Amino acid sequence: MAPRTPGADLPEHPTWLWHSPDPKSSYDVVIVGGGGHGLATAYYLAVNHGITNMAVLEKGWLAGGNMARNTAIIRSNYLWDESAGLYEHALKLWEGLEEELDYPLLFSQRGVLNLAHSLQEKRDSVRRVEANRLNGVDAEWLDPQQVAEICPILNTSEDLRYPVLGATWQPRAGIAKHDHVAWGFARALDRMGVDLVQGCEVTGFERVGDRVVGVETTRGPIRAGKVAMAAAGRTSVLTDTLGLRLPIQSHPLQALVSELLEPVHPTVVMSNSVHVYVSQAHKGELVLGAGIDSYNSYSQRGAFHTIEREMAAAVELFPMFARAHVLRTWGGVVDVTPDASAIMGMTPFENLYVNCGWGTGGFKATPGVGWCFAHTVAHDEPHPLNAPFSLERFTTGALVDEHGAAGVAH
Amino acid sequence: MSNEFRLADGGRIDRDRPVRFDFEGQQLQGYAGDTLASALLANGVHRVATSNKYGRPRGIMAAGAEEPNALVQVEAPFPEPMLPATTVEVRDGLQASGLPGKGRLATEEDPARYDTMHTHCDVLVVGAGPAGLAAALSAARSGARVIVADADTEFGGSLLGSGQTLDGRAATDWVRRTTAELAEHPEVRLLPRTTVFGYYEDNYLVALEHRGDDASSRQRIWRMRAREVVLATGAHERPLVFSGNDRPGIMLAGSARTYVNRYAVLPGRRAVVFTTNDSAYAAAIDLHDAGVEIVAVVDAREVVSTYWASLCVERGIRIHASTGVVSTSGTDRITSAHLSSLGPEGNHPTSVRQVVTCDLLLVSGGWNPAVHLHSQARGSVRFAEDIGAFVPDGTDQAARSAGAVTGVLATGKCLTSGAEAGRDAARAAGFDAELARVPDSKHAPILAARHLWVVPGSGDSDGTTQFVDLARDATVADVRRAVAAGMDNVEHVKRYTTIGTAHDQGKTSGTLSTGVIAEVLGVGVGELGTTTFRAPYTPVTFAALAGRERGDLYDPVRVTAMHDWHVEQGALFENVGQWKRPWYYPHSGEDMETAVLRECYAVRSGVGMQDVSTLGKIDVQGPDAAEFLDLVYTNKMSTLKVGRIRYGLMCTADGMVFDDGTVTRTAEHRYLISTTSGGAANVLAHLEDWLQTEWTHLRVHLTSVTEHWATIALVGPESRQVLADVAPELDVDNDGFGFMTWQEGNVAGVHARVCRISFSGELAFEINVPWWYGREVWEVLMAGGRPYGITPYGTETMHVLRAEKGFPIVGQDTDGTITPHDLGMSWAVSKKKDDFLGKRSFSRPDTARTDRKHLVGLLPEDTNLVLPEGAQIVEQPELGEPPVPMLGHVTSSYRSAVLGSGFALAVVKGGRDRVGETLYSPVGDRPVPVTVTEPVFYDKEGARRDG
Repeated sequence: MAPRTPGADLPEHPTWLWHSPDPKSSYDVVIVGGGGHGLATAYYLAVNHGITNMAVLEKGWLAGGNMARNTAIIRSNYLWDESAGLYEHALKLWEGLEEELDYPLLFSQRGVLNLAHSLQEKRDSVRRVEANRLNGVDAEWLDPQQVAEICPILNTSEDLRYPVLGATWQPRAGIAKHDHVAWGFARALDRMGVDLVQGCEVTGFERVGDRVVGVETTRGPIRAGKVAMAAAGRTSVLTDTLGLRLPIQSHPLQALVSELLEPVHPTVVMSNSVHVYVSQAHKGELVLGAGIDSYNSYSQRGAFHTIEREMAAAVELFPMFARAHVLRTWGGVVDVTPDASAIMGMTPFENLYVNCGWGTGGFKATPGVGWCFAHTVAHDEPHPLNAPFSLERFTTGALVDEHGAAGVAH
Repeated sequence: MSNEFRLADGGRIDRDRPVRFDFEGQQLQGYAGDTLASALLANGVHRVATSNKYGRPRGIMAAGAEEPNALVQVEAPFPEPMLPATTVEVRDGLQASGLPGKGRLATEEDPARYDTMHTHCDVLVVGAGPAGLAAALSAARSGARVIVADADTEFGGSLLGSGQTLDGRAATDWVRRTTAELAEHPEVRLLPRTTVFGYYEDNYLVALEHRGDDASSRQRIWRMRAREVVLATGAHERPLVFSGNDRPGIMLAGSARTYVNRYAVLPGRRAVVFTTNDSAYAAAIDLHDAGVEIVAVVDAREVVSTYWASLCVERGIRIHASTGVVSTSGTDRITSAHLSSLGPEGNHPTSVRQVVTCDLLLVSGGWNPAVHLHSQARGSVRFAEDIGAFVPDGTDQAARSAGAVTGVLATGKCLTSGAEAGRDAARAAGFDAELARVPDSKHAPILAARHLWVVPGSGDSDGTTQFVDLARDATVADVRRAVAAGMDNVEHVKRYTTIGTAHDQGKTSGTLSTGVIAEVLGVGVGELGTTTFRAPYTPVTFAALAGRERGDLYDPVRVTAMHDWHVEQGALFENVGQWKRPWYYPHSGEDMETAVLRECYAVRSGVGMQDVSTLGKIDVQGPDAAEFLDLVYTNKMSTLKVGRIRYGLMCTADGMVFDDGTVTRTAEHRYLISTTSGGAANVLAHLEDWLQTEWTHLRVHLTSVTEHWATIALVGPESRQVLADVAPELDVDNDGFGFMTWQEGNVAGVHARVCRISFSGELAFEINVPWWYGREVWEVLMAGGRPYGITPYGTETMHVLRAEKGFPIVGQDTDGTITPHDLGMSWAVSKKKDDFLGKRSFSRPDTARTDRKHLVGLLPEDTNLVLPEGAQIVEQPELGEPPVPMLGHVTSSYRSAVLGSGFALAVVKGGRDRVGETLYSPVGDRPVPVTVTEPVFYDKEGARRDG
């Protein structure tokens, strides 16, 4: 048998990534949270707004939270104008990010199929496709036969318990390698002199009246002209110290991988009612996820029955996966808002900005978040794309409700 | 080749049961009791697989699940990717081949069945080696319900392969007697071939049992809730890192010992043993005694054990102290080991070299306790300097570790710690347990080990063939590169190098890689710690996890009492939640549109009948039922009189429509509420949520009674006559039986509750009978209606009829962003009630806007056109460049028999103020003109309701 080297074609990481400096006593901007969103925000603050006297504070290891735990799906086919605007902006940035960061992000626009299994899901899907097209987001409605042509291993037979009645198709969607994305941003930030401080947990805020002037950390107080929070589920724990309650609830969300397999799955498939989403990563492992665990928790682990149900869905849709093996499961903590859309913008406190509530959609938004949140911090007002995602909407009622008609939980 | 490396006798294989198997086209023979690995070694096959990244030949490194190298693809009896040859039992017809890094999935459907068992026990013992068996014995004798699970085909763990004695007899005798005693205890369940792979909250553990291809289920998931857990999970031997440490013929010392003793297989003829600790000496002695020439024992330590040295001297085995193997030669198999003096610990090695020819190199870098399950359960670990590995260090679960997993390696101590753990666990579970006597074992003195991460002086100075993780082809060079790039955390290095991410999840490489990283960084191993251990401990097939929940059993199919009748009539079905609902009943040659037009016409002009049993029904009882319903519905239900029915809307706290249905007051403190078919479970959960968390003072009980009643909607101008015919006792006149009232009485001889409600605008009766009588009553009504041309109709016709009347369907015409006001149903929102769910939200600025999206009707200018549901609505006929502002979308759209045209419902921004306007809907790429109308298209006066 001729030896093959399936792993050899993966690009190597660069020979230099980042320093691990101690924090200085003061910065123009401090970013709380060294995940994808924190790093991307710092990046665009530096690149678009010229701010480099800046630290990204991470309580653990860089990009070790949800950035290291997601299933790396990227798409922008959201229903509402507000969501489509932000995610499509992100997708356009993704399309140039590899070149901009000069880092192999393994961004692969292999398309995503969102399956419909009921007449109502079909209506919702057509509605989303029509809205996407008018918003300039590439989208098509496919019948089961067209679905089968794109993903032949998918069970599109009519005798499925919930047959595939069709799917939406976004060709420009795809996957990227999450670590590479975070590390690409981190390396660029390190080069620009931004401090990436690991093992530095923010525990509270320094304030003068309603003005935030710094943060308290496990490594001492750090003064800051502005503080931008990008700490996902932990955000509400921190804002509690200010007496500011945020409408987010944290849930476990699990994902898993199989062993390396020869290529069988050419795209990304997501199903909400036979709940699973799956892609095959570059090395060959199947990467799968499903819904959140229903209880609230900050633990990065979920319950077993969630995995079992997800595997039932996976084998139902992809009978050939029966004897693939689960190598590893893991969990992240996703922060979910009442309308399943993020919160990004101003707070009642001067110089304090918040970005959280991304639920299961955070990874794909990463560059878009960075772009818009950086704008918000730099200009002290939201970018038009994130203006609808203000905290005030929960008071005014101007919600961006993505769990109804969007029919898509991620 | 025929077992030329098989010893003439000994071992635990069944020599009376030879099996023939195929490996990469070679027909080979093994015996029952062999693994594929032992059978291959017996046949002299060492090169098994090809490495993942560099395509290097790889052999068999271990004898168990920790195997990093010898991965095979099983082709027959059914394809299964990436299994360690060390865990595959040989059997007749087995066909396998070595893997080049990636597995292959079968293209045909897996015919096997997989299932699940649920069980509870007092004490779960994980692992049936010396510690686990001793623990089980202590616990079992107390009468506790004990489960013993072990991955191997038989119990005994390390005792099966060590050739040692207990109480002066073969250790396997003790294993046999102990297992036999355990099997006799009625409360003990023994689970061989069962790997406990997950440890979740509150002592919930899950295991995978391999039951065999011929069993009724091939694999079984055990879901186990244990009062107490004993983790006797043992330890994995650690390889050593030197140049070319990956060649076939390089094997863990303890594993080689297992091959000789358990499988009666010689893994080579001429062996070098390279160790940092005492344990490999036993392997050297056993292999020597079995006929392997031990060319050299290479010990990294300056001082070696006199106990083992004397045993070696007796056998003429030469020991090289302060020496290491720094590199090897060979292509498909090792041909020589290169030795170098290491000097004392901390000193630089000298360059003295000696080349020793061999076909087998045994390595032992110490032992890594298998702390996986302990860690999965959030137990902490600490670095134990004495064994150079991480050991359990406290847990919040009702669990204890025993045996080698605690870092104790001597068999006697493992037995004792096991017996104690079993006794303690049983006592903690409430049993009067005593310490089981453990057999005497020969105790060899243990001399301190030397911890070597990268063997100093390894010839390959750039580290590109010094493999840290064989399964991922990750080398010392990769670790150095990661650290040089700034990575100073095991998680980052793991991700940079992919160490620990392969099928074996780093069982042999985990501690080793931490050690190598620490060495490169110049910090202590304990400071760095481990990466997170996650389930599953060993890979588990998707199908096993899916269990029986596949195909028809993926989700329960719910059918009504009349389902078979619908099937007999050729109905097509729609999935609504878990229900199968008749969609429409096509006559021969009819397409859906024709059938639906016919059904619609029949209802509007004569009489039709629909099975509406699937609508959710919740019995609400209690002194505070009225108050409760006032809180959960937007309209007032406390004023409803007994005997009457009211339509009601429920909102969520944000003021958006959540569900709708009827509320029937059946007694002073009792209501029956109906919900949408798909929403029933959510509504009940929603109501319970509020009752149990916010309104705990309310004395209300909720019971789902959906399946208690079969419900038939008898609809159309002739419905009264049909009902009168089959229910002569019932007063069906409008005066006696007014709209939105109910009566009880005999219908077709069955006691029924009949309600005058209508979802079509026509005169209609809803007949509820006990589920059992559903079909009988249905058929009587059908027969009775025949003279009137009674027509059964399905959900599609129901949808059309209600849309003609402008009745919204929650979930179709609403999407969680629509208020009752948006629907034009302000009449259903009480202005008098102090509070109800959603009330406060209606005053929020955005919710109070008057230009929100409203439910309206749309009539396409082309009367023949049926707009696609989901189509968007725009203001202008020219779309222009995106983003194009959208006003709303089509929620429901049909062809109407009575209108003679297509029509639609839509939600449109400021829609009620746009009635009469022309808007556009892009159909395909062509915006078509539509006229905005009131949402009621038919019988606006409501004249047909009373017949």
